[in-house]
Formats: sequence, structure tokens, C-alpha cells
Amino acid sequence: MSEPVWQRGDLLGVAELSTAEIVHVLDTAESFVEVAARPIKKVPTLRGKTVINLFFEPSTRTSSSFEIAEKRLSADNLNFSTSSSSLSKGETLLDTARNLEAMAPDLVVIRHAHPLVPHALAERIAAGVINAGDGAHEHPTQALLDAFTIRRRKGRVEGLKIAIVGDVAHSRVVRSNVLCLTRLGADVTVAGPRTMMPEEPESLGARVVYSLEEAIEGADVVMMLRVQLERQARAAFPSEREYFEFFGLTAERLRRAQDDAIIMHPGPINRGIEIASEVADGPWSVILEQVANGVAVRMAVLYLLAGVKSGEDERP
Amino acid sequence: MSTLTVKRLLFDVPQMARMMRRMALEVVERAGGTDSLMLVGVRTRGVPLADFIAAEIKRTEGVAVPVGVLDITLYRDDLSTIAPQPVVKESVMPVAIDDRIVVLCDDVLYSGRTIRAAMDALIMDYGRPRAIRLAVLIDRGHRELPIHADCVGEHVQTTDTEVIKVSYAATDGGKEMVELLEREG
Repeated sequence: MSEPVWQRGDLLGVAELSTAEIVHVLDTAESFVEVAARPIKKVPTLRGKTVINLFFEPSTRTSSSFEIAEKRLSADNLNFSTSSSSLSKGETLLDTARNLEAMAPDLVVIRHAHPLVPHALAERIAAGVINAGDGAHEHPTQALLDAFTIRRRKGRVEGLKIAIVGDVAHSRVVRSNVLCLTRLGADVTVAGPRTMMPEEPESLGARVVYSLEEAIEGADVVMMLRVQLERQARAAFPSEREYFEFFGLTAERLRRAQDDAIIMHPGPINRGIEIASEVADGPWSVILEQVANGVAVRMAVLYLLAGVKSGEDERP
Repeated sequence: MSTLTVKRLLFDVPQMARMMRRMALEVVERAGGTDSLMLVGVRTRGVPLADFIAAEIKRTEGVAVPVGVLDITLYRDDLSTIAPQPVVKESVMPVAIDDRIVVLCDDVLYSGRTIRAAMDALIMDYGRPRAIRLAVLIDRGHRELPIHADCVGEHVQTTDTEVIKVSYAATDGGKEMVELLEREG
């Protein structure tokens, strides 16, 4: 018997995953797509396992995607979010971790505004930890579902030209995606206004350009990033209209990409800011497929992590 | 780590083919025809068995019965005791199983736990078949659950350190055969 590919008890980032591990998650997710197509969309696999969803930042899409994935695997789940719990009452992370530990969960899904909080939590609790987004650092399940969507649509990731456009500096989606897609052999370009680029954009590991047109020239996949109007982004450009003028994806601009290019967006979309409605709703768009695939990929991750018993994975 | 050594060849290709041809006749006879018949191969080596039986029914009856594929991984009763997780593969049901006579096909019947899981998957999650029957190439005994096969290629007496290995060209490459192995260590 060969060494099993998946031996991790936590999923903290794409950075730590090998190509074989990424491919194993995607392959496993294929099987879970079929579960979603059944009349009864539930399997007994994680019966008796407890999953705690801990969202220190508002999230609808990711948290509901995890919740559906957990329910379809028959796990018991419990949701804490900042708006409705002591997470907003000044409890330290360590105290939160101790309280969680006392409830003896098998897995904890965590989103936090600060980078590496999931890593810190993973060191302190026996349960497996899934990073559902830590600051502008990583969002591994988003990157995996994006790669999964591309692979299902295009039959491969290797050799594809992929453009990621928008607020690169504040995006954890970009970091995880560049790591994941380059590891799978794609040719990735990131683009955005200079005010929305990190200090050393080359350190991301992708080609960097500052124009939408240049980025999407000949692209097989165009991934538009959300302008995070609720965050710092407002200061980075003069007006929404001007942003759309230079970095909004329109059908006209899309002609530069391959004829069979697909358009992706991690959501929620800002119509008329980073993407025109004609594109978001057009035949190129796979935005809703990303949402559906997200559930399958998260089921795969939950399934794989639940099989590694607490304490068995190597931790630093 | 235990090792497996081959003790002897139990059945070769012509013998396997004869067994499976007889099984195909029995499956149709027991179901009273092919009208509501459906075959479901349990991954991995129940799939080529189901395919063979379907091809044989096509040859003798002139009817193509639907063939499904079932992966029971998500229904196993030992997921909390084995690590890491076994690889999950897709299940495929080409038609609704409701009101059909579903014949589960598997290569070896041993503890019966695989078949328990397969029945759970079919009944709980795919629909309400009129009946579920079981066809296995080899019944090696040692049942741990009250499950029996309706249609058996061959009964083989085994000890619990022995392993029955069925090889199909479709799943294993190479030669088709049934071997008896001994587990050591």
C-alpha cells in the first residue's frame, strides 16, 4: 500500500498543501457533486461529529456554504458569529479556545479579521481547524473551489492563462488562488490599480500588470475580485464610476480574452463597479457554479479532516 | 505491516465466465424476467461483475438492463476507527430505483458490512426499490451480520487469515482470476 495522500488534521492555508494534496481534495469533491444531485442530499458520513462554525467577521456565503456541507454530511453543527455571541464581548482568543475545547468539537471552522488566528487556534485545541478566511492572508476553501470549478469547466488547470483582477492588496482570495493555481500549473496574471496592489506584488508569485486589458489578453479564465466598499477600498479610487471605467469587466473588454473564456467572481458581486451585469449574467459566467461547487469542495475538506484523529496530525 | 502471499489459484478466466453466465440466468429467473430489473455494482470489483451480467442478459434476453454504480464509502460503519479516510468515488444511478428489483453485485461476500452499507445507501438515499437482491462471485463465509446472497458464483471455505482476491481486467489490468492469499504478520 502506498502512503495515503491526505494526513492533515487542519486546513490552514494553500501554502502548506502539496500539489498531490490539492488534487486529492479536488478528486474527492467530484464524488460529493453527485450527492448534491440526488433527491435526498444527505449522507450519514459524519454522524455524531460536532462542527463549530466560528465567524469573527460577517459572512453569509462562506458560512452558509460550510453549514450546508456539514448538514449534508450529517454532522451536528453550532454557529457562533460576532453579532450574536460573546465573541463581541471582549473575550480573548485563548479564552474562546478554552471554551470551545470544553465543548469537545471534532472540527472548528474559523474566520477572523487577523491573519494567522486559525493557526494559533489549531495549536491550542485538539479539534481540527479549517481556515475560512484570515484577514488578507488566506482563504483556502475558496481557492480550492475556484480550482475545482476551472477544472470541471476546462478539463484541466495546467497551462491555462488565468487573470485575477481587482483589489489585490486586500484580498485573501488572491493569495490562496495564486498559490493554488500556480501549483496546478496555470499561468497566472494579477492586475489592479496601483493603489490596490500590495507593496511587493511580485512576491505573490504571479505576473503583475496594472491594466485590465493587458491582464485578460488571451485569458482562458478571468477572475474578478470584489471591491470591498465596506473596507479600506473607498480611499483607493476616486469614484465607483471611475473604477468601472478602468477596471470594470464589460462584454466589450472581454473580447480580448479567449472566445470560450469563463468569468469567475468570489461574490458578492458589485454590479457596475467591478463587473457589468451583461457579463455577470452572460454565458461566460460560472459565478453560480462556484457557489454550488463550494458546497462539494467543503464537504470533501470536512470528510478528509474528520478522518484524521485529533492529535495525530503533526503540529509545529 | 502484514504481507499477503498467494496460496493458490482458485478460478481462471473460463471458470469465472461460466460462473458469471450462470449467475446472469439466475438473476433473470429470480426476478421473473427483465421488466423492472436493475443491476448495481458495488465499487470497485462489483462493477465489472454487474457489467458482465448485464452483457450476458443482453445476449440471452436481448434486453439492456440499467446498470448503476454504488460507492459505499460514505456509508461505512468504520469511518471513526480507520484513518486516514478511504478515497470516495462517485455513485451513478442511470434510472430511478423506485419500484425496481435491484440486484446488488459484489465480488466477495465476507462480513456483510459492505452490503449493509450498500442497502442503507439505496434505501435511505436513492429511493424505494421493490426488492433488493444480492449477487456475489464468491461467498467466503464469516458473516458478522444477518445477510445472505441470493445468487452465488461459488462458495469457498476460508480461514480468517486467508484473503480472496478477485482480479478483473477492467479494474486491475492484467489477467482475470480468483486467488486465495494468506495474510502473514
